[in-house]
Amino acid sequence: MYRFIARRLGSGVVLIAALATLTFFLLYLGAGDRIARQLLGEDADDAAVRAKEHELGLDRPIWTQFGHWASGAVHGDLGTSWFNGQDVRTAILSRLSVTVTLVIGSTLLTVVLATVLGVVAATRGGWVDRVVQFLGVLGHAVPNFLISLGLVTLFAISLHWFRPTGYVRFADSPQLWLSSITLPVLALTINGVSGVVQQVRGSVLDELGRDYVRTLRSRGLPESRVVYRHVLRNAAGPALSFLGVQVVGLLGGAVIIEQVFAIPGLGQVAVTATGQGDIPLVMGLVVVSAVLVVLVNLLVDLVQGWLNPKVRLG
Amino acid sequence: MSDPSLAVPDVASVPAPGSLRRLLRNPLGVAAIGWLALVLVSALLASWLSPYDPDEPAARDILAGPGSAHLLGADGSGRDILSRLLHASQISVAGAALTLLVAAVIGIGAGLLAGYYGGWTETAGTWVASLIMALPGIVALLAVRAVVGPSLWTTMAIFGVLLSPAFYRVVHAAVSGVRNELYVDAARVSGLSDPRIIGRHVLTVVRAPAIILAAGVGSAAIALQSGITFLGLGDPSVPTWGGMLNDAFANIYTAPVALAWPSLAIGVTCVALTLLSNALRDALERTAEPAPTRHDADDEHAAPPAPSGGEALLEVRDLVVAYRRPDGSARRVVDEVSLSVREGEVHGLVGESGSGKTQTAFSILRLLPAGARTSGSIVFDGTELTGLPAKRLTRLRGDAIAYIPQEPMSNLDPSFTVGSQLVEPIRTHRGYGRAQARARALELLDRVGIPDPERTFRAYPHEISGGMAQRVLIAGAVACEPKLLIADEPTTALDVTVQAEVLDLLRDLRDDLGMGVLLVTHDFGVVADLCDRVSVMRHGRVVETGPVDALFAAPQHPYTRALFDAVIATGEPAGSPQDGADA
Repeated sequence: MYRFIARRLGSGVVLIAALATLTFFLLYLGAGDRIARQLLGEDADDAAVRAKEHELGLDRPIWTQFGHWASGAVHGDLGTSWFNGQDVRTAILSRLSVTVTLVIGSTLLTVVLATVLGVVAATRGGWVDRVVQFLGVLGHAVPNFLISLGLVTLFAISLHWFRPTGYVRFADSPQLWLSSITLPVLALTINGVSGVVQQVRGSVLDELGRDYVRTLRSRGLPESRVVYRHVLRNAAGPALSFLGVQVVGLLGGAVIIEQVFAIPGLGQVAVTATGQGDIPLVMGLVVVSAVLVVLVNLLVDLVQGWLNPKVRLG
Repeated sequence: MSDPSLAVPDVASVPAPGSLRRLLRNPLGVAAIGWLALVLVSALLASWLSPYDPDEPAARDILAGPGSAHLLGADGSGRDILSRLLHASQISVAGAALTLLVAAVIGIGAGLLAGYYGGWTETAGTWVASLIMALPGIVALLAVRAVVGPSLWTTMAIFGVLLSPAFYRVVHAAVSGVRNELYVDAARVSGLSDPRIIGRHVLTVVRAPAIILAAGVGSAAIALQSGITFLGLGDPSVPTWGGMLNDAFANIYTAPVALAWPSLAIGVTCVALTLLSNALRDALERTAEPAPTRHDADDEHAAPPAPSGGEALLEVRDLVVAYRRPDGSARRVVDEVSLSVREGEVHGLVGESGSGKTQTAFSILRLLPAGARTSGSIVFDGTELTGLPAKRLTRLRGDAIAYIPQEPMSNLDPSFTVGSQLVEPIRTHRGYGRAQARARALELLDRVGIPDPERTFRAYPHEISGGMAQRVLIAGAVACEPKLLIADEPTTALDVTVQAEVLDLLRDLRDDLGMGVLLVTHDFGVVADLCDRVSVMRHGRVVETGPVDALFAAPQHPYTRALFDAVIATGEPAGSPQDGADA
């Protein structure tokens, strides 16, 4: 088991390093000499632009720049923002918890709802199954910002159940915090459940057709025990792999949804940094996203290993 | 977007001639095509259809509601919403097409290379694909946007690169699946060049999955394009659905209706593309998923309580098992079968593959696959089983009636230890505590001849051999000392030496427990070794039944004689063990 974790962790680190290297060269070579002028304004004179480039270190060879960035990054130093000189790591960490809260909340809800609905659809069949499948297709196809807009219009603006936008920190008021994240989490969950429920349904149907299920039934186990203890555990493997992909999708979805609800998370940082051409900040965001993705996949692998004895040995 | 990893490479997924007709018979598919055609037409004819210049603001019309002047109203700058919507559909269609083109060219090209040639191209391709997929698409796009600026076309092209792994994975899987197929080998041997083989043989395999995926990728492209422009990161000089949404969202309190139009355009288009993808999958792959139905077979009618047959433990009368064909007619796989099993007697049920013997056995336990319909009477120990409430039948299963399957490994739950699978039914039926049930399970493992019961108890199914697994299954079957044991080809999947041991074990257990046994087999050796009586089945009917000695000495039915002859001629029994699968 430990070797299994170590190997997964190792390949995750390689992935992050490769992605960071690739992104660095794309961004810094792509930025060229446009960036300094953009930062100073279009009417800045050439001397000022050169001076700015020197200040940012852009006049050094790209390899030197990369070496400088990478040696900082391995020590957790992601550089400083070109725009306001803020430390990139601080800027990201201060927003990270909000986005992660959204993603974790909607992931947990997704797991519970998708499991229940998927099992019910697979075992009941008939119209229940058709309704679940249709809603699954619908919820998966409609972009999440549209779902968010629909939720805001309905629950916040028409019904006044929730505040339409803004974020209250848990420490300030747990009640308002809950109210401020309910709609965003719901919007992400609708997308998440729609994808995962189809996977759960399919896996449960696959497992229900297996020989061991018939044998368990022949032993006189109650149907609920067969389904919820045995079938579900075996069906969880493929569904979990898909959930891993879906969580990465939720992370991307959160970036957009935060704009709708005016939530100060990574999405806001990302959109602002992108608009300003703040390359160090963008670079930091890419690295942090990759780390999150690797962590999610590692977690999925751990749960897989816990559920499935064969993976544990592998 | 459909998940590419779910697509199964399959030679049968080559588009069939009737696939277009099947697509047009699907109402959702037709509706999707209709909407997409509408979007396409409005994109092409936007300049003619638009009542206004989409970019011309009119101060007096700012946020005008829908009416005669502006059919759908005007936006925050007083521009006509309908005209902007029509013009924006050009951007959406062209943008999605660009994304699709880039994704398809890169993904299919790389997938063909990697799938056909394998080796380092495969390693490299798969690694790059997983690298690209390691970032949420929107994060990667935002990063790119930071250096290339707001050009929508660059964004869409880059998004195509980001989506290309979806095509790559599907194509790679499909191609590596056929790489070593005989017809591809034959083409290679006959001297066809690689490009021609790829063009002629390999591309046909890729066509259907790629078409299905394309619709899904189109949906993702439109969603993302709208998302980016909604965030305000698009080019403000071009009308886009997402940009219109952004404008309407800013005025959500004053003119909420304006939000509806771009929302509908984006939402319905994305849903239409997804529905089209699903409809294409149904039409092209023809692998309609099995619809789930309740696993319990429906009883067509409960037979009247049969007169109890005296000494018979199991009395089956006029049993019929039928399945509905796709055209609605019923196919009888078991046709008016009658047989009886006495206490302590081993009754053999023989016949070739597809003769209905396994179906007969399953219907006694009510373990038939979904969709089976049964009628007739099954009386066990004085109780009519047909029509018995599911709860009461469940109580009989594993307690008074037990079952031994054919294939040992697939009949143990891979995720639980052998011990826990033995303990669970014992606790259910006997109400034992944990320790007591454990002791009973260990005793059973010892009884069926497992050398180290403690170790096997703790083992997972994949850690024990097939012969051991079959002993474990026998132990599980006799755990509650059943009166009737139904064994479905219990030795077919085992080595010859193990077969003899398992048959000995079954005989011992029968003697110890005084069970009646219904033994399904195609092996006359097993019949001769173990059975007291035998019924021969063919085409779902019992053609001959009687004591083993009499039947072996003088088979009456020509089919029985033919079966004997087949055994003598080939040394192998007729038929394959896969009776349950195709019956």
